[in-house]
Amino acid sequence: MTAPSTQRLVAICRLDDIDPEGGVAALVGGEVVAVFRTYADEVLALDNYDPFGRASVLSRGIVGTRGDRDVVASPLHKQVFDLRTGVCLDDETVRVAVHPVVVRDGVVHVEIAPA
Amino acid sequence: MSPHLRKRLVVIGHGMVGHRFVQAAVERGLSETYDIVVLGAESRAAYDRVALTSFFEVGADSLSLLPSGDYEDPRVTLRLGANVAGLDLESRTVTLDDGETVGYDELVLATGSAPFVPPVPGHDLEGAFVYRTIEDLEAIRDAAAGASTGVVIGGGLLGLEAANALRQLGLDTHVVEMNPRLMSAQVDEAGGRILGRHVEKLGLTIHTGVATERIEGGRVEGEERVTGITFAGGETVPLEVVVFSAGVRPRDQLARQAGLVVAERGGVAVDDQLRTSDPHVWAIGECAAHQGRMYGLVAPGYTMAEIAVDALLDGGGTFTGADMSTKLKLLGVDVASFGDAHGTTDGSIDLVFSDAVAGIYKKLVISGDGRHLLGGVLVGDASAYGTLRAMVSSRIELPANPEELILPASSGAPAIALPDEAVVCSCNTVTKGDIEGAVEGGCESAACVTTCTTAGSTCGSCKPQVKKIVEDYFASQGKVVDRSLCEHFAMTRSELFDVVLVHGYRTFDEIVQAHGRGRGCDVCRPVVASVLASQLNGHVLAPGRRTLQDTNDAFLANIQRNGTYSVVPRIPGGEITPEKLIVIGEVARDFGLYTKITGGQRIDLFGARTEQLPAIWKRLVDAGFESGHAYGKALRTVKSCVGSTWCRFGVQDSVAMAIALELRYRGLRSPHKLKGGVSGCARECAEARGKDFGVIATEKGWNLYVGGNGGAVPAHAQLLAGDLDDDQLVRLIDRYLMYYIRTADRLQRTSTWIDSLEGGLDRVREVVVDDALGLGTELEEAMARHVDTYVDEWKATIEDPEKVRRFVSFINAPDTPDPNISFGSTRDQIVPEASTGPVSLGSSIPVGRP
Repeated sequence: MTAPSTQRLVAICRLDDIDPEGGVAALVGGEVVAVFRTYADEVLALDNYDPFGRASVLSRGIVGTRGDRDVVASPLHKQVFDLRTGVCLDDETVRVAVHPVVVRDGVVHVEIAPA
Repeated sequence: MSPHLRKRLVVIGHGMVGHRFVQAAVERGLSETYDIVVLGAESRAAYDRVALTSFFEVGADSLSLLPSGDYEDPRVTLRLGANVAGLDLESRTVTLDDGETVGYDELVLATGSAPFVPPVPGHDLEGAFVYRTIEDLEAIRDAAAGASTGVVIGGGLLGLEAANALRQLGLDTHVVEMNPRLMSAQVDEAGGRILGRHVEKLGLTIHTGVATERIEGGRVEGEERVTGITFAGGETVPLEVVVFSAGVRPRDQLARQAGLVVAERGGVAVDDQLRTSDPHVWAIGECAAHQGRMYGLVAPGYTMAEIAVDALLDGGGTFTGADMSTKLKLLGVDVASFGDAHGTTDGSIDLVFSDAVAGIYKKLVISGDGRHLLGGVLVGDASAYGTLRAMVSSRIELPANPEELILPASSGAPAIALPDEAVVCSCNTVTKGDIEGAVEGGCESAACVTTCTTAGSTCGSCKPQVKKIVEDYFASQGKVVDRSLCEHFAMTRSELFDVVLVHGYRTFDEIVQAHGRGRGCDVCRPVVASVLASQLNGHVLAPGRRTLQDTNDAFLANIQRNGTYSVVPRIPGGEITPEKLIVIGEVARDFGLYTKITGGQRIDLFGARTEQLPAIWKRLVDAGFESGHAYGKALRTVKSCVGSTWCRFGVQDSVAMAIALELRYRGLRSPHKLKGGVSGCARECAEARGKDFGVIATEKGWNLYVGGNGGAVPAHAQLLAGDLDDDQLVRLIDRYLMYYIRTADRLQRTSTWIDSLEGGLDRVREVVVDDALGLGTELEEAMARHVDTYVDEWKATIEDPEKVRRFVSFINAPDTPDPNISFGSTRDQIVPEASTGPVSLGSSIPVGRP
């Protein structure tokens, strides 16, 4: 990819490759990103790295809701993160990075800032 | 010694104490000198009178203390149905009621005691009984057939036993006790009250502080029979059966008539060697009175028997009184009394723990200086009895906080009674006080407490305790305790199980739409997955199921700290061929995995990346391995020793049984992980009693223990049923496991589940063994469905490209190793390297799909 833009839009997979209420890990510009699909078919992306468990695992957490927020629970120690803001709802001083997602023609694209 | 020099020892009475005397006499060589003649009045050889009530369940044979009916030593002659009518000290003879005389050199009286029947009018009518012998019980059983109401007069130990017997015979049962409380000899007032409540819960009617005026009689089918009982106040209860259990009196008539000295309150007077006033006559057990006191328990009688044998052998043993401590399970309630239970020592202090709701009462009697335990009473939970009694007898100095000795254990018992400073979460050093502080500060759920205090946020093993403390706190405030699974389901796991069963739901969507709210979470989704698995046994990675699973089930492996997984092939019963061992070694070597033997007789392969799992399992499946379900809440292993095949002590083939059980229950999803064990003999090398179901071989079959576990709060399994054949064993385990799966809370181990049931282990026995709910067949069928539909998950996974597709490192770079995973090396094997933050591969890595 050579286009001189400040943001890069990286095609990851087809929407159908992600289970509803499931997550996948993707490499986006060398960074590991967790991409989730909600029940309403919205696609959201966070850093995959769980800052509590110190391992790259969030994509393998259980997707669900807390109140009206879409969340994922880390598979290591079950801390819950808001899929839209990356804020940990069990400890709001901790948050993981959020990455914009665009679904175009059934293909999921994650936007990532250049290093 | 030539035969004509042999002497004769006559024992009158073949009860438990007489039998013990003969046993000790044979063991210690008294029969070298004496021919022993035992004269038993009953038609049966000695039997376990303490367990008399179980006669209705187990029959007379299993109560017998001498199943062969005779002693092996030919110098011992047992004569049953032999009633002694007279004793002549001068000529050293006893006379039987048929006129036969038997001479003796030494005579031992072991005539025991007889039930006391108070001389109330009507006590001799038909339908009035005592509770002492198997014949008595047979007569009571006959009278109870067709009757509806029975009354036991006497609320002591034996009275409650008798009441239990009437209840088992289906009678509406009343207990009449003159004292203001039950078991007044053993327990104090408050303990008696709690005991009374337990007993009433079983459906018995208790009348305390009432005297019986008379037994009413009337003509029934041509017979003058009991028809009612009238109390001193005038109240009358109609009935058909009366059982007197108002205490016992020593059977000392024979001794009295012969002129032996008897104690003031009855009983043949004996010295410290159990010798009566005649140097050739001895008395032991309940017919004897030592220092004027009669002991109505079997243990002192046994001690007397041993000492009398010792004395006859010219030994120096002396009887110096007996410990009156007792522990028993009465109508399913633990009752224990030890030492100075009534606090009669000058200046003693009582320390009492009482939980009327849970039905637990514990009292310690402590010396005035607070340093020693003198005695105590335990009702409802007598688990501390052994320790406490030992503290009394050995005068161990009390700890600084003696109350901890009687506070409930943290497992299933109410944690509210823990002291505030008790550490509940040892990972984060959070005390009970901290947890209650969080609740007082506004937390309304255990989850909130975990967030606020970090209790349960690390290893999670204390989460059930945290939940319990929160619930107990709310209960103590009179608030309704929210037992919701989570914010999405306002019901318990067990209720959810029933909902799914009744409606026949097959998907999470159906269930959450009909009975929940939102889209679920990491708590309820795996519960639904487990419930569906228990009922449908479909593949855990089937469409719609995968996203319900915790990562372990989703990847059919156990996630480890660095995000890699461990792989555990099933090795049923721990038995494995060399070929299979080699395969595991080769797989581990080829994939660079760390290997370790697990605690459950298997081999754990660590450090597998998600994308490696299908290839690893392909190799293992090809070699004949199956998933070991070391992930997920499911049956893990059934551990075995080597059993009768190799072991010189083994009495059954524990390996074959362990393999059969492990294969039967493999893949079974449950509220918590499940383990089993089978030991080939009582040496228990498989540690079966540390398992959720433990099987121990006996000469006659298998004993089944349930409710054991390791974990943060270890528990020993308890006997559910004994001497089972293979089919009976499997049937009971089927029922027990299914009953647990249906009714336990999420993440509730079998031990805490049993504790949580009203009636505890007895309840499990009623449902599983006695089939009291009539659920037996249904539970067995549910298990049969599981067994019939079992498919190895890993085999099914690697054969299905749709399922294998999930096992990638990255969706857009399926085989690129995750840069966040790195290993060091320790003792020649890989180990995870600590991570300091996310690792970037840089943008140079080409990524390609969709």
